[in-house]
Amino acid sequence: MSGLVLDHEPVSGIPHGKLAMWVFLASEIMFFTGFFASFIVLRNANIDLFTNSAQALNKWLALLNTIVLIGSSLTMALSVLAIEKGNKRNFQLYMTITILCAFTFLIVKYFEYTSKFSHHIYPWTDLFYSYYFLTTGFHGMHVIGGIIPMVWMLMRSFTKKGYHNHVRVEVLGLYWHFVDLVWIFLFPVLYLMFPTSYVPPIH
Amino acid sequence: MSSPVLVSDTHHDVHTDHGHHEHHKQSFITKYIFSTDHKMVAKQFMLSALFFLLIGGALALLLRWQLAYPGEAVPLIGQFLPELIASDGVIQPGLFIQLTTMHASVMIFFVIIPLAVGLFGNLCIPLMIGTDDMALPFINLLSFWLYFLAGIVAAAGFFVQGGAGASGWTGYPPLSAIGGLGQTLWIVAVFLVGFSSILGGMNYVTTVLNKRAPGMKMFDMPLSVWAIFITSVLMVLGTPVLASAVSMLFFDNVLHTSFFMPDNLTVASPYANGMKHSGGGQPILFQHLFWFYSHPAVYIMILPLMGVVSDVLSTFSRKPIYGYKAMIFAIMAIAFLGFIVWGHHMFQSGMNPLLGTTFMLSTIVIAVPSAIKVFNWLGTIWRGSIRYTTANMMALGFIATFIIGGLSGVFMASAPVDIYIHDTYFIVAHIHYVLFGGSLFGIYAGIYYWFPKLFGKMLNEIWGRRHFFWTFIFFNLTFFPMHILGVGGHMRRIHDPNVYDFLKPFQPWNEFITIMAIILGFSQLILFGNIIYTWIWGPKAPKNPWNANTLEWHAPSPPPHGNFLAPVRVYRSPYEFSHPDRADDFHPQWLAPGEVEIEETTTVSETQNTH
Repeated sequence: MSGLVLDHEPVSGIPHGKLAMWVFLASEIMFFTGFFASFIVLRNANIDLFTNSAQALNKWLALLNTIVLIGSSLTMALSVLAIEKGNKRNFQLYMTITILCAFTFLIVKYFEYTSKFSHHIYPWTDLFYSYYFLTTGFHGMHVIGGIIPMVWMLMRSFTKKGYHNHVRVEVLGLYWHFVDLVWIFLFPVLYLMFPTSYVPPIH
Repeated sequence: MSSPVLVSDTHHDVHTDHGHHEHHKQSFITKYIFSTDHKMVAKQFMLSALFFLLIGGALALLLRWQLAYPGEAVPLIGQFLPELIASDGVIQPGLFIQLTTMHASVMIFFVIIPLAVGLFGNLCIPLMIGTDDMALPFINLLSFWLYFLAGIVAAAGFFVQGGAGASGWTGYPPLSAIGGLGQTLWIVAVFLVGFSSILGGMNYVTTVLNKRAPGMKMFDMPLSVWAIFITSVLMVLGTPVLASAVSMLFFDNVLHTSFFMPDNLTVASPYANGMKHSGGGQPILFQHLFWFYSHPAVYIMILPLMGVVSDVLSTFSRKPIYGYKAMIFAIMAIAFLGFIVWGHHMFQSGMNPLLGTTFMLSTIVIAVPSAIKVFNWLGTIWRGSIRYTTANMMALGFIATFIIGGLSGVFMASAPVDIYIHDTYFIVAHIHYVLFGGSLFGIYAGIYYWFPKLFGKMLNEIWGRRHFFWTFIFFNLTFFPMHILGVGGHMRRIHDPNVYDFLKPFQPWNEFITIMAIILGFSQLILFGNIIYTWIWGPKAPKNPWNANTLEWHAPSPPPHGNFLAPVRVYRSPYEFSHPDRADDFHPQWLAPGEVEIEETTTVSETQNTH
């Protein structure tokens, strides 16, 4: 086996992983576009159902989650900067905060889910909740998919060799900002969309 | 500018490199099973897809038997079919719809797409752009194994209670939303194979943009690479929409949500027991999402082969491709239009006539870039010195059948005509003309053309030509009469045509088609025999058996790990055939100006030296 390893610079000037992540994110956008397109169709066909059911969601918890997730995007960007400058301590600090924020998001989501289940609201209860559990479920899976490499990178940075692959951290950062962005779309779509003339039902 | 590399130089490099790379010895598992080498992944895609081709073909023959001889036991294998779905060897309606569903699903998701993009993408891209491997080799490995896993999940459907997915390959709800376990497995398989496509596409795009050899501009790439590159963009942008559609379908099936379940639906399915659908969903929404992917998917299945056919035709006509840039822009136009025509599958689903007209016009416009490609191919072979190798005959067969398939496509693009022929055998005839006559002939052309490079052995040309003639003749005899059935109103996916009086006169046609299909099916075994024979006893392939210009023919056959013996540099466009100032009728991309290639024989001995 004569192995030839061509190690020339990427032709486009963008590292392979980063370019591939942009392509993958284009794909991810189309994935969630499928859901948002369905939302438009399903909501227009069931406008009363969607406006009524949306009221039962806790928008303050969702607002908290939005702040947490945007904050984690900030710390993620700071940790990318830190590793690019070779500042190991700051990288570890910001990455830890990012991971904690991600877990906070999931824990809040867990409480939202269980409170729905305790009120006998399940994915099959009505179309709005089907959509709610579908999209937040897929988004939650994306959050978990971000936590795993973050934890791995953080743990590697505590070893003797340390972690210096700043391109990978940057690529993960791109992904994380995307996860954040999806939530920024989901939050108003699920929690805040009701007509201004809407009068909440009196309990 | 690096110095041009002569073959005699590289001979020396091999020996020096040999000791250096000794510690890279791979174990059996990393070399053959979980390999990240793009050539091994290509071989894995090729062999598993050809295996699925056998399965898909067998399913087709079973359902053809039922159409020709309804109510008669399937000969030979009928007694082995489970009693529940084929009593006394007679195919029951439940099994029949599983056969049509799985035949189409297997052929589309597990044969044509993996061969068109999995095999040719992996084989051609790194070799033709002159690099050592894919940009992301591990993602490549993952892409193949996701595909393989999806294949197992899809096939597992036949062994669960109620059988495999049975709502057509299009999987329209509500039927597909109330299926049994087999339907759920079908959904999971589609999701997994879609994910495999996305990972593959992302890898191909990155590789093409980032790993081209020095000197190779985008417009120096062979058309195969261009076609696969544009196809990858389609896969990356189209497939996720299918993924979101089948995710919702999965929820409908497993969690009994109602994304696609309308109000007040009464369900007689045994699986619907205890299901309480809230209703309010939109069945047609699924059709929109599905075709938003699946119309680009038909271009995913044909565009790479258009590239392959261009390369094959140019090489064997000993002429530059006619209209190189026009070809690329035509592929781009087809890819773009592919995203705005999906509604033409749904003229019968209920659609605003204005929207239908829009879809009709955008669909008809696709005929323009398609015609540009066909005329350019004809311009390429026009007055060329044509070599009738198997690969070239397959490519010519591609053009012939693609013209017929393309023309019948214009019929169904037109809404008034489509409303009449919708869901008839006319549609079946059309898709087989473009998918079998188009894609599969293109795939065969590519296999015969690149087999020497991939496996280092020359396929038998005499048997190859026999394979072509048997396939081409019986392909037309099988599928052309289906146009007649379709215009006569013969519906697709029906279990027994004889229950309709108006279809009784067509029974002789159905019998004729089935007999031809059986011969067609068995003549494919020539290819399998040829591959197995060649693999073991075939003659060794020289480095550049077809005197072609593109970079893959600069690598030894088969290429070692890392593909090339020394870094390559590109000096010219890929189709410099029959230049009047040159003694040779070809001028490879890797030769520096004024440099002369040393004869093939040295290369062969060189490959032997490396062992």
